[in-house]
Amino acid sequence: MRWNKILRLLAPAPAFRWLSRGRSVPAVAALLMFTAAVFVAFVRLLSAAPEEKRIAIYSTAANYTLPVLDRNGDEYVGLLEVFEPLGNVTAKANGNHWKFRYNDVESDFTAGKTRGRIHGSDFALPSNFLLENRRGLVPLSCLGTLMPRILGGPVTFNPNSRRLFIGNVAVHFTAQVSKTTPPKLVINFTAPVSPSIATEPGKLRMMFTHEAVAAPGSPLLTFDSKIIPSASFQENNGAAELVVAAGVPLIASLSHDGRTLTVEPIAQAAPAQAPQNPSSVIASPAAGSTAPAASRRYFAVVDPSHGGEERGASLTDQLAEKDATLAFGRRLRQELDARGLATLLLRDGDTTLSLDQRASLTNSARPAVYICLHATSQGNGIRVYTALIPPAAENRGPFLSWDTAQTAFEPLSRSIATILATELQNKEIPARSLIAPLRPLNNITTTALGIEVAPPPDDVSQLTSAAYQQSIAAAVAIGLSNLRDRLEAGR
Amino acid sequence: MIPRHLIIGVAVLLMIALGMSLYGWRMRSRVDRAALSESNSQTVAPPVSGATEQVALYIAYDDAGVLHPKPVRIPLPAGRQERASELLRVLLNIYLDKVSPHPLGAGSEIRDVYLVDPGLAVIDLNAAFADNHRSGVLVEELTVVSLVQTLSANIPGITRVKILVDGKERDTLAGHADLSNFYDVPAVIQLAAQLQNAQ
Repeated sequence: MRWNKILRLLAPAPAFRWLSRGRSVPAVAALLMFTAAVFVAFVRLLSAAPEEKRIAIYSTAANYTLPVLDRNGDEYVGLLEVFEPLGNVTAKANGNHWKFRYNDVESDFTAGKTRGRIHGSDFALPSNFLLENRRGLVPLSCLGTLMPRILGGPVTFNPNSRRLFIGNVAVHFTAQVSKTTPPKLVINFTAPVSPSIATEPGKLRMMFTHEAVAAPGSPLLTFDSKIIPSASFQENNGAAELVVAAGVPLIASLSHDGRTLTVEPIAQAAPAQAPQNPSSVIASPAAGSTAPAASRRYFAVVDPSHGGEERGASLTDQLAEKDATLAFGRRLRQELDARGLATLLLRDGDTTLSLDQRASLTNSARPAVYICLHATSQGNGIRVYTALIPPAAENRGPFLSWDTAQTAFEPLSRSIATILATELQNKEIPARSLIAPLRPLNNITTTALGIEVAPPPDDVSQLTSAAYQQSIAAAVAIGLSNLRDRLEAGR
Repeated sequence: MIPRHLIIGVAVLLMIALGMSLYGWRMRSRVDRAALSESNSQTVAPPVSGATEQVALYIAYDDAGVLHPKPVRIPLPAGRQERASELLRVLLNIYLDKVSPHPLGAGSEIRDVYLVDPGLAVIDLNAAFADNHRSGVLVEELTVVSLVQTLSANIPGITRVKILVDGKERDTLAGHADLSNFYDVPAVIQLAAQLQNAQ
């Protein structure tokens, strides 16, 4: 009745006269709703930022992602960035010529040409080599053939999903639904994983961005269960996704140091049935809700210091501190992930982040430990820092003073730093724990450590060596893994 | 037809002009070199004369990454603020020496030291001090703690220290050591004690 009144009121206006010509009110309402939906969809389409193209590279040294650039209708990637985490690299531009050296392998490319030379032999690129600001770019599609020539080992590259596996690093999995009531989907991985997990009605999504999870024989896995009938595996833009379909809301939990992922209906997930020492538990939203699942809980936040316009110290003529901290950060994340300790890398590229942004992101993530990374060419070994708290400022009710936010966590931070330094010394790595006026350590509301990596005694060149960085990252990760219970308790 | 004597005259004048230009260019280069070496050298002799007294300078040693107190006898003025400035000047001269245990960049200077009651000391460095400082957590920390600890250990009553660069606040010394906050002297004493132990 009210609709008819509104239509009658609008009818005199020429623009709305058509509304009252014998059309039923439900039909008009549906038309208006459809128009509104189309408008909203159009606005969202226009406002959505295009997803950045990325390539994921998995190796025994590091798992990392790099931006992919569109040039002249082709996809390109920086060759130096591809090899930098894998070993010692140098590059030199001379006019149009670009010389690149990885360990002992030398390569030459010329801007605007498709032919190059690798280790003294010709190599044909599918499209022109590009030189931008002395940075050498190669077509993405050639990585599958170019990288084995330089690395001297096998590489598996899927150009469609932009995922590249160096050597035998792929993580495989098996999945089966148990015959229990309620049924459980148990997925066993060959190496620890820590996926991002989100739920939506009828689905549970697991996104693998830093794990070399390989596609199963068939992308669609079907199970003999009415509650969890199937799961599908997809790869796209440098990431893999496993989507579990179900008729009820699901909960996922990791166990066995991240090697086993159990998915079960949320209604039946009593605490007594939860797996031992779950490292990640994500609750499903209420049925019918379209909100994502609760945000992921990280054990550690690793912060490669500097980045973007801020280069940090010049470690050698060609290596800036920002690049060394990023390479070390990637290795540390991999080592922590491998021990089932979910880790967030604050900066996974050459981006600028202010100290306040780093502290805010960390405090929002609520990790058990924050580690900011620095590198230096002076001295040797490792220095583990904790915050030098500035003079006390006034806290107002529940709001902590920003400059002294670390105060409550200071005793635990210092204790952990001392133990970690001792553990490193036990592994014959020179280490020392110190207090330092180093922001943002004093702004962090959890255990906060700064780690400065210096070269081994009498060999500055080793600072850039992948083997040295890997040994330090592994030692730090083992130390933190041993302190896991204390760190979790202090969270 | 140009007269012969006119050609000879012009040639002689041109040669004189060329010679004078070369002489002027050489003299200018010499003056530039002299000015550069002057700006790099610091006053080594203490500007104060009279009775000397013993003070403890906290000196950073890069080789071992440590800070050690070194007792020295130096003449010091009577005024509290002047004493503070003189102490840091003596410390800076050690770091700017050719055989420095903790080298600082060329042109590093301490512009002034202000003592503000109650218990606040403000150290004003020049821009070259920060701009030419080596970058690194430990190396910057050693400089800051050396300055703060030398000041607070020898001038009673200092509880907080603020470091400025060219009279302005700056986020860090050279990318690491925080200069945005005040330094709490009791906390720095604890840090200085840690830094006395080599790794």
